[in-house]
Amino acid sequence: MRYAVGHSIPRKESWAKVSGRAKYTGDLPAHGTFFARLLTSPYAHARILRIDTSGAESLEGVKAVITGSDCPWLFGIMIRDRPAIALNEVRYAGEPVAMVVAVDEATAELGVRAILVEYEPLPFVIKPSEALAEGAVLLHPQLAAYRKVVDEVYPEAGTNIASRYRIRKGDIKSAFSNCDVVVSARFFLPPSDHFAMEVRCAEAAITADGTVLVTTSSQSPYSVRQQLSDVFNIPAGKIRVNVPFVGGGFGGKSSVVLEILAYIASKKLGGKPVRLIISREQDMETAPCRIGLEADIKLGALRDGTLLAAEITYLVDCGAYSDIAPNMAKAIAVDCTGPYNIPNVSCDSLCVYTNHTFATAYRSFAHESQAFCIERAVDMVARKCGMCPLELRLKNAIRSGDYTPTQVLCTPSIIGDLPQCIEKVKLLSNWNGGKPMAVGPNKVRAMGISCLWKTENPPTDAISGALVTFNSDGSLYLNTGVAEIGSGGKTHLAQILAETLKIDAGQVHVISQVDTALSPEHWKTVASFTEYMAGNAVYRAAQDILNQLRANGAEAFKCSADEIEVENGRVYRRGNPSSYIEFKDIVGGYKAQDGSSLGEPVLGRGGFMLKGLTALDKNTGRGRTGPAWTVGAQVVEIEADLKDFSYRILSASSVIDVGAVINPELMRSVVAGGMAMGMSMASREAFFYDEKGLLKTPNLRTYKLMHIGQEPDYRVGFVETPEDGSPYGVRPYSEHGIIGIPAALANALSAAFGKEITSLPLTPEMLWRLWVEGMR
Amino acid sequence: MLRYEGKTVIELDVNGEKRTVTVRPSDILLDVLRDQLGLTGAKPGCRNGDCGACTVIMDGLPAKSCLVLAVEAVGRSILTVEGLDAGSPIQGAFVAKSAFQCGYCTSGFLMVCHAMLSKYPKPEEHVLEEWLQSNICRCTSYQEIRDAVKSIIQQ
Ligand code: FES
Ligand code: FES
Repeated sequence: MRYAVGHSIPRKESWAKVSGRAKYTGDLPAHGTFFARLLTSPYAHARILRIDTSGAESLEGVKAVITGSDCPWLFGIMIRDRPAIALNEVRYAGEPVAMVVAVDEATAELGVRAILVEYEPLPFVIKPSEALAEGAVLLHPQLAAYRKVVDEVYPEAGTNIASRYRIRKGDIKSAFSNCDVVVSARFFLPPSDHFAMEVRCAEAAITADGTVLVTTSSQSPYSVRQQLSDVFNIPAGKIRVNVPFVGGGFGGKSSVVLEILAYIASKKLGGKPVRLIISREQDMETAPCRIGLEADIKLGALRDGTLLAAEITYLVDCGAYSDIAPNMAKAIAVDCTGPYNIPNVSCDSLCVYTNHTFATAYRSFAHESQAFCIERAVDMVARKCGMCPLELRLKNAIRSGDYTPTQVLCTPSIIGDLPQCIEKVKLLSNWNGGKPMAVGPNKVRAMGISCLWKTENPPTDAISGALVTFNSDGSLYLNTGVAEIGSGGKTHLAQILAETLKIDAGQVHVISQVDTALSPEHWKTVASFTEYMAGNAVYRAAQDILNQLRANGAEAFKCSADEIEVENGRVYRRGNPSSYIEFKDIVGGYKAQDGSSLGEPVLGRGGFMLKGLTALDKNTGRGRTGPAWTVGAQVVEIEADLKDFSYRILSASSVIDVGAVINPELMRSVVAGGMAMGMSMASREAFFYDEKGLLKTPNLRTYKLMHIGQEPDYRVGFVETPEDGSPYGVRPYSEHGIIGIPAALANALSAAFGKEITSLPLTPEMLWRLWVEGMR
Repeated sequence: MLRYEGKTVIELDVNGEKRTVTVRPSDILLDVLRDQLGLTGAKPGCRNGDCGACTVIMDGLPAKSCLVLAVEAVGRSILTVEGLDAGSPIQGAFVAKSAFQCGYCTSGFLMVCHAMLSKYPKPEEHVLEEWLQSNICRCTSYQEIRDAVKSIIQQ
């Protein structure tokens, strides 16, 4: 019998959210708070010759004007390459140049406008291939002098390369000579935005005893603590980071940016509380965006469609600062081939600096971009072999017994069941063989398929924890360091706790916000890792509780702890369930009929640390970065107008091997949300830059998102191949709905138009341009 | 014609109560609701009329409170999500149909739905789409929001 796992309970925070009472960072009262606003660079690359702040300083109500010369620190989670405020040089349009702190937001904004800056424009590069060209301007001539924060990052001095990763498996040279079919293609994907509906916001204050208080819309409260501690030399125990509800993250709020500025501002004001407010435009231009990607893919296969060799170059476009992008270059190297058994692989994955907004993690950690390139190339192979693209994928799908590009031997636990996902998505989507079908004059319908896979790339020693306390009614409070960013992780954790204790999930209350002083450390709310990492910690906390309840029960029933059963909120002696003690009477210790006190109050605790992961071998890439993979298959069906290049998206189907379905409706909705995000991104979102290197689309008027009425029929199915070592076998799943969608959409449109699409976004205009410029 | 200069005390009719606030001529309704009345259900998402997160109901019709000056709201009846107070079936429908994830767009969508359903208790599909197009949700697939509205219509 299942108590909680497998049940579609509503999110724990449901009523807080539909009543408008859920508090996000910007909702917190601001009495006595000062406000900061940013002046940002109007140039993609320029020297700062002079800053005149006197106009701002003389304004009534302005408390401080802070420029780069006040901020002699460099930040970065892999390479310390980023100043909080530009010093001497700006490297992207939108980069902070000055910060004004004032009594209110309007005055701060007036102050920003009163600052005069003189720039000397410098040459700039926008695409990674340009940045690698002979004679290209260097963004970071001092690259070699920067401090490396992690081991696995390899900046190349005298270039724009922030890091490079190599995968070598088998022998591609001889493999390609044995191939009947070879395709090669070059891909270009521009960066784009996370566009969480809540604009990033952070507030900082310093108490009289020197404790730094930060409130922020962040996915990484413990990373905020760590970075402030490391750079400013503040003991971590003197930093307290509070994260209320977060209005969407999608990776964009995992980077530590605004918190640093808010701290600097508060410090300047002698510790007074300062809230940094940025505009939507700055959220897009100043705060980090999604990576861009250029790729060269060469695939070789036998005539029957068997893939033999892959030669791949990825150029991850990280923008002006590296942030976590080198790790994304590594992550897509690890998964470079897509989920196919290709025995001979050579992949070089580079992270390259360019003069635009720097990038950070984005839902699926660059896999949506990587999958686009590989899955398009796989379709090209299918076309050349005259095979159905679904059948070709089924033939090559990675299975137990195969080796991944980094030479991990697959077991069912490690790799799941991709063939079953493909078979299921075939039914779910009514797959028609992939041939376009005429449905009217100039109208065709076509389907495209993509597979997906992803493993994780956390620090090999990342940790999580859970604390559980009881209320006097026998219900529980679950306290973890997971931020509630919308993915519903805390509801899943409550279900894991309830299932393990054999109680109804309604008995578990969750603490929605995170406070690093109260909640046990959880690495970051990223990588879809909540259910695995925090889930393991919760599972252990539940075991801890069971042990304590059995000990109390043993005293109450005068028997051994082994004989005690715990079920449905009751504790009893095995074989005699009708004589039980309810949780409320035993979780605080037990008061016997004779008045004596027995046992101890029950407090649950669980900790979890990743084990068995390795760095990648620098030359071959051999190694294991994550505990397992999540695999899946997706299909998109469109109806295109061959004359005006418009199209409608009719349906989108996903089948993902999630290991175990914890909350069916929650999982379905999060996967559908991922598909919708992928659809919006692939069909209309892009950061394009003008001839001066300025972002052409810095707001919702020009950067269009999908709205209601444009969405297709979303269909979601699951396969359940449990992952060993994960609670109830659940796999990371919450990012994954996005991964194959851009590729599947492009594959459908390529089939419809009979041309090979190699870039995004797929607007009718872009399709038309590709057509007249000659798609290959 | 009424003229407002400097800081002025005005009276707003919010959620059925008369509330007094002090505003500059340029203050937008969104900020006044949030900062002076503590009604933070309406959210800033763009402050440019493009996202709908700030939607409230004015005299029965949805209005983007970032595009309304506080002084323009004098004499109008304003309803915010806090004024629904679990009194609109659309709230329960949003919960039942997973029509939100992060919840940031939710107040705005609820207000558009509530206004639409007051005017068109049984809206046709194209009416629903026309009304809800004004708002953006980045988390859900929209199918859930559509289903939530439909689930009430069918009752
Ligand atoms: S904040 Fe008003 S429409 Fe976006
Ligand atoms: S629920 Fe997050 S934006 Fe709609």
